[in-house]
Amino acid sequence: MIRKNKKPRLNWIDFAVISSVVGFLIFVVLRVDSVLNYSWNWNHVFPFVMYLDEDTGQWVSNLLLEGLIITLRLAVYGIIISAVIGVVMGLCRISSNLFLRMVARSYVELVRNTPPLVFIFIFYFFLSTQLMPLLGIDELARSDSPAVKTMIWILCGDPILFSNFVSGLICLSIFEGAYITEIVRAGIQSIPRGQWEAGRAIGLSRIDVMRYVILPQAVSKIAPPLANQFITLIKDSSIVSLISIQELTFMAVEVGVSTSRIFEVWILVAVMYFVICYSCVLFFNWLERRAARSKR
Amino acid sequence: MTDTDKRVIRLDNVSKSFGNFQALKGVSFDINHGQKVVVCGPSGSGKSTMIRCINRLEEHDGGSITVNGVELTDDMANILAVRREVGMVFQQFNLFPHLTVLDNLTLGPMRSRGADKQQAQGTAMEYLERVRIPDQANKYPSQLSGGQQQRVAIARSLCMKPKIMLFDEPTSALDPEMIKEVLDVMIELAEEGMTMIVVTHEMGFAKTVADTMIFMDHGEIVEVAPPSEFFSSPRSERTQLFLSQILSH
Repeated sequence: MIRKNKKPRLNWIDFAVISSVVGFLIFVVLRVDSVLNYSWNWNHVFPFVMYLDEDTGQWVSNLLLEGLIITLRLAVYGIIISAVIGVVMGLCRISSNLFLRMVARSYVELVRNTPPLVFIFIFYFFLSTQLMPLLGIDELARSDSPAVKTMIWILCGDPILFSNFVSGLICLSIFEGAYITEIVRAGIQSIPRGQWEAGRAIGLSRIDVMRYVILPQAVSKIAPPLANQFITLIKDSSIVSLISIQELTFMAVEVGVSTSRIFEVWILVAVMYFVICYSCVLFFNWLERRAARSKR
Repeated sequence: MTDTDKRVIRLDNVSKSFGNFQALKGVSFDINHGQKVVVCGPSGSGKSTMIRCINRLEEHDGGSITVNGVELTDDMANILAVRREVGMVFQQFNLFPHLTVLDNLTLGPMRSRGADKQQAQGTAMEYLERVRIPDQANKYPSQLSGGQQQRVAIARSLCMKPKIMLFDEPTSALDPEMIKEVLDVMIELAEEGMTMIVVTHEMGFAKTVADTMIFMDHGEIVEVAPPSEFFSSPRSERTQLFLSQILSH
């Protein structure tokens, strides 16, 4: 057996590689600095995250932080909705009913074989304008009831942008749901046929076999690719900026244009995305380790 | 009792194809209550397909199968009713790896017989005693040896209180030293009067337990005889050839 806990030791090759990488980075930075002739000014950018209001003496959130919050909302709701779509469609994908299979298959292939940008534009221009009135989202946003207003404020932000937010969210969820559908299908189909047969041989119905035998086993196989897809979803949420959802990327464009501190803004935004996504990675890793431990 | 009362399984001219390959070509026989049938024959002869048709893990394309007075059709209620009366033990055990041994045994009774948890666990422990592994109840299948896993699989079927047990090469995936512990459990079961159909190459077991031998080849039943006759003076040439091949060593 190979011992896994052996301390990693660096040899001379590692040092050579590390020093050449560091050298290259230093070269790039110096080069950019001399060629670019750009005067960095981070102080211009940070107030767009938060600034101190001199009159009241309080910290006030600004465009970038607000964008970040919208991105987080899109991420959380998007993960939930796309997971639901994915599980339902994934089950349809392997259903014995031809109609359900065709619906699920068409959905997956339509989404999977169009570029995200194109899909989002088409969805927004043609479907969303029909869907929003149909769901009564506009009316809900215009509602005078204070209770509804506060709910919208807490859950989705400014009611004026509510309908906009919802269409962006649905768009993103439908888009990612297609990939989750395929993950769910593959996970379920990876369970050996014998498990189905054993379940049915002890008199369980198809639904019970699915629920008590197949799905519990599929979940542990689905989890890693699913976590990966959730992180992709967070990153893909930047695409909906193009249909004027005022999330982080949208705000970054605005701030970049109005301050002309393009580089600082984008680097800052990249760091923000990285922090969100990497925290998710750590969280999912922790979940996986915990699940592995509880098994034995 | 008349003959029809005693009959628990009737296959009448059953056929089954997989694409162009005809796995069963008009198989007919009756099995009475308490009968122990051992089915043998070369691989690809349709033995497994035949017993898998009996609880409809495979659908037959022609002829009729009647189990316990219920004819197997597309009617799901009928199929479930038959499956509750027919236990099946697989070559690959097919235990549920995510459940403990005890949960493997209680799932069927609780979900398809509507037993409550305590009752189901009581029955489960009873059958685990019978297959002599009550101490493994809270382990997971992967922690058991092959022989133990197959005994759990037998207990799992028995928990459904079946009237008929089907065995599809139950010892073929086992290491030689574990075959006996599984066969012993099956012999006990036979002695208690269970109706059994066993697909196996264990001819020693067949001689002890079977009251009827069925030899199949190319999707047909070639010979049906009591074991004494079957082993000493097989009528068909194909049976003679098969027996000489598997008994010679």
